[in-house]
This record gives sequence, C-alpha cells and structure tokens, in this order.
Amino acid sequence: MQTTPEIVELIITKPKAPEKILEMTNTYKKIFIVGCGTCSTACQTGGEEQVKEMAERLGVKVIGKAVVESPCDLRLVKRDLGGSKQLLDEADALLILSCGAGAQALAEHTGKIIIPGLDTIFIGKIERIGRLYERCRACADCIIYETGGICPIVRCSKGLLNGPCGGMANGKCEASGHTRDCAWVLIYNALKKQGKLDLFTTFRPPMDRSKKAQPQEVVNR
Amino acid sequence: MPREAYSELMKAIAAGKFVFTGEIQPKKTAHFDDVIRVAKILKGHVVACNVTDNPRAHAYLSSLSAAYIIQREVGMEAICQMTVRDRNRLALFSELLGAVALGIRNVLTMSGDHTSLSDNPAAMPVYDLDTAQFVYMVRKMVDEGVDLEGNKIEGKVKLHVGIVGNPNADPLEVEFLKIERKLKVGADFMQTQVVFDVEKAKSFLREVQGYPVPVLVGIFPCKSYGVADFIAKNVPGISVPKEFMEELKKAEEIEDNSRRKSRVEDVNVRYFTDFIREVKRTTHASGIHIMAVGYEGVVKTLVESVP
Repeated sequence: MQTTPEIVELIITKPKAPEKILEMTNTYKKIFIVGCGTCSTACQTGGEEQVKEMAERLGVKVIGKAVVESPCDLRLVKRDLGGSKQLLDEADALLILSCGAGAQALAEHTGKIIIPGLDTIFIGKIERIGRLYERCRACADCIIYETGGICPIVRCSKGLLNGPCGGMANGKCEASGHTRDCAWVLIYNALKKQGKLDLFTTFRPPMDRSKKAQPQEVVNR
Repeated sequence: MPREAYSELMKAIAAGKFVFTGEIQPKKTAHFDDVIRVAKILKGHVVACNVTDNPRAHAYLSSLSAAYIIQREVGMEAICQMTVRDRNRLALFSELLGAVALGIRNVLTMSGDHTSLSDNPAAMPVYDLDTAQFVYMVRKMVDEGVDLEGNKIEGKVKLHVGIVGNPNADPLEVEFLKIERKLKVGADFMQTQVVFDVEKAKSFLREVQGYPVPVLVGIFPCKSYGVADFIAKNVPGISVPKEFMEELKKAEEIEDNSRRKSRVEDVNVRYFTDFIREVKRTTHASGIHIMAVGYEGVVKTLVESVP
C-alpha cells in the first residue's frame, strides 16, 4: 500500500474566482470538466470532490466530467479520457481543473476551447492542508549544494545569488514587510551549521538566463 | 597598486582629504528645475552628490539624466545611483556607457528597494544581476574594456564603482561577509546606510578597516521631530538616540517660525558635528555622506562647523 509522504513537492494551483469562471463559461451550452488526480488533487483544487462541486455549480450545461490521473501526461490523458470520446466531441468547451501544463496538454489533445478553472501559482511543497510554500522556480541551473539546500532564486524576493541585500533587517526580508525570513540569512545559518561558510563568501557570477529564455523542451529520441 | 582616480571624489580621497558628499532625490516630474535648485544649494559644500535612482521603488525622473544636468548646469560632480531592480544586464551596461559618455565618473550600485514597496507595485522586478555581479561587470568594463561576455568596448571606460554597507544590519556578520565578497570583486568605494549611533559607526569601520577601500559614513540630519520619528519607526535596525529626538521635540515647541527653525538646525548641527568629529578623529573613514533630502540648507552649516 502506498503511504502519503508528509511533505510533497507539487505544482500548486488555486481556484479562479467564481465570477471569472462564470464569465468564461456563460456563452457555452455544453461543458465537459476535467480534473487532475495528482497535484490538483493534493491541493484540493481539481480532485474528484472539486470537479463534482464545479459540476453542481454550473448545473445543466455540464455534459460530462472526468479526473485524469495526470493531465500533463498525454499517455494518461488518452487512457483516462478514452471512454469519454463522444461526450468530449459534443462539448463546446472543456473546463480544466489542473495546472497550466495539464490544461495545455488537453488543449493540444482535444483541439477544444479550453477554460482554465485554476491559476498555477508555483512549484512548491505542501506541509499540510492550507500550508503551501514555493520552493522551486525551475531555473534550469540548480545551485542548492552551494547554498545549504535553500534556493535563493525562489526564496530571496530578489532572486539574488550574492545576498543578502540592504533590505534585510533583523534577519527578515523587506519585501514581506520584514515578516518573512531573509533567504540569505537562512543560507548563512545552514552553511555555518554545515561548516561550509566558505561557500557563502564565494562570489557567484551572473546566471546564464539563456537556459530559460525560450520555451524549454527535452527531446531525447 | 591603487587604481587611477577619474573623479573629483576619488581624487580628493586619494589626496587624503576628508570629504563630504550630498544627496539629491529627483521627483516625479519631467523638469529639471528642482534638481538644479537643490544642486545649487549643495554646490561648494560637498565634493559630489548622490543622485537617487527610484528610491522606495517609486518611479521618478531618471537618475542619469539628473546627474548629467547637475554636472552640466551646476558644475557639481554626481554619484549616479543605479539599481539592478529595473534593468537587465544589457540595460545596465548600455546605461553605464551612456553615463560615462556624458561625463559621469561615479556610479553607486544598489539592489533597489523591492517592487512590493513601489508606487507601481504591479511592476516586474528585474534583478538579472545582483550588486556584486554589477560591480563585477563594471570592473570588466573599466579594467578590461569588455562586457560580461568579453565583447570589446571601443575606447576607455573611466568610471568608479561604489557599494553600500549597512552598519545597522542584523545579523551583522552576514553583512560583513557580503561586503567582503563585493570588495573582493573590486568596488572602488563604500558608502554606508544612515547611522546615528557613532559607536555603531565606529565598530562597523573597525570591521572593514582591513580593506583598502575608502568608506563614507552616511548621516541623516532631521528637519523635524516627525522626520526623526519616521526614521526611528520605519527604517529597520536603525536607532535614533533618545536625547536627540527629545531635543528636536523641545525645539519644535518654539512658536516663532524662524527661531524654531534655527533651534532645530542648532540641534542637528550640534549632534552631527560631534558625530563627524569623532568619526574623523578616531576612524579611517574618508568622509561623510550627508543625506539631507528636503533639508539641504543644513549641509553648509554642518560642513563649515567641522574644521
């Protein structure tokens, strides 16, 4: 039996405002709702329950619904939506309760009008329900070995590689009104504990942003 | 070997003079009248003046344009503040070439207050480079005549690059390690954040004494009790001495307008003259950076009161 880990790293989503969804759906008569069985289920934004709630909210115009294990994986889309082909063909639009990657995979797969029901906010960790934290910005150049396991790209508000900045006070960050910990003070404490303060003072040259300057692809074969 | 001095600021420091610098904050305007007016008040009393670059992430008249006009129209040298918040490396590089071509010889690198504090908070913060990397780029431009990728620049780039240090930082050890990192990269001078407590300034200076980089200590004369109170409450980590605050408060009780102003000035001049004398006498600081934005009139009196 699979056990649920205490902390999971996922793509974190949040629901769009109901009025926004009504605005996007109101011209369509036949809507098919697709949820996500992985990240959005864990976020409680696009699991079985939220798909059901959305169907109830939109009423008679919903002609079908499904939760795909991972809408971002085309193989699973084909597998999980195979039985709904007729309803999908009939639908005017698909309302998607997944991250942007899942929603676009469904757009490509079905060629249908896509209505995003969620906003994708970050890649992060879920500690428990209602406590989600951004932890990775997919920068394509992971340096957390040098920074005590703490990513400055995402956890420093300015994404500095040679912090802290002058906005740090009492170990806190100016961008949060000095309520959130300064990532560079956390990095300092972590490296000090590991006996690796030399890594703190090492100058890190400018980042190669070309790795993220265009849509990224991995094509191995 | 010390680097060649291109600016009046660095020449004065190299000559062993104890220098004063001022600060000018351009406003939200498409006119130079105000910066010229303020520059004229400071001229002759300071060797150069900082020109701020969108402080608090509020968008104002550009630092470079104001710095240029101050040099051209008033004949006072500028220290052009430049943040990495609003420009990527291409824009920073190109702005620096423009600055040098316009006769700017000092740039003060800063991260820049985060856009969350902005009057346009929906703006995208850039931070393509951080300040250490910005200093690194300036060194390449000045010392090697190339950009970050090694592409050649035509002609010489005559520019000094400064950094900011914060004596109020807590934890202070992190601040020192950061400063050390930037000085190793090759900053030409350091200017400190505002400090009121002279002992704090002295202990900060002791820590950075080992580096052969001139330091200017930042002070902030207060036009009113309200200003001092605002700083005490809103600038994190800063402590404004109680006695100074109380004296300002007492001075403000005077009803007669001109007597009140003169008393407030007395309080400032007395406090900061003692501060400056102590710094000058006991530390290796090369001078004082006077941030008297909106209170420029005090600069002359203050500078003249320190022999």
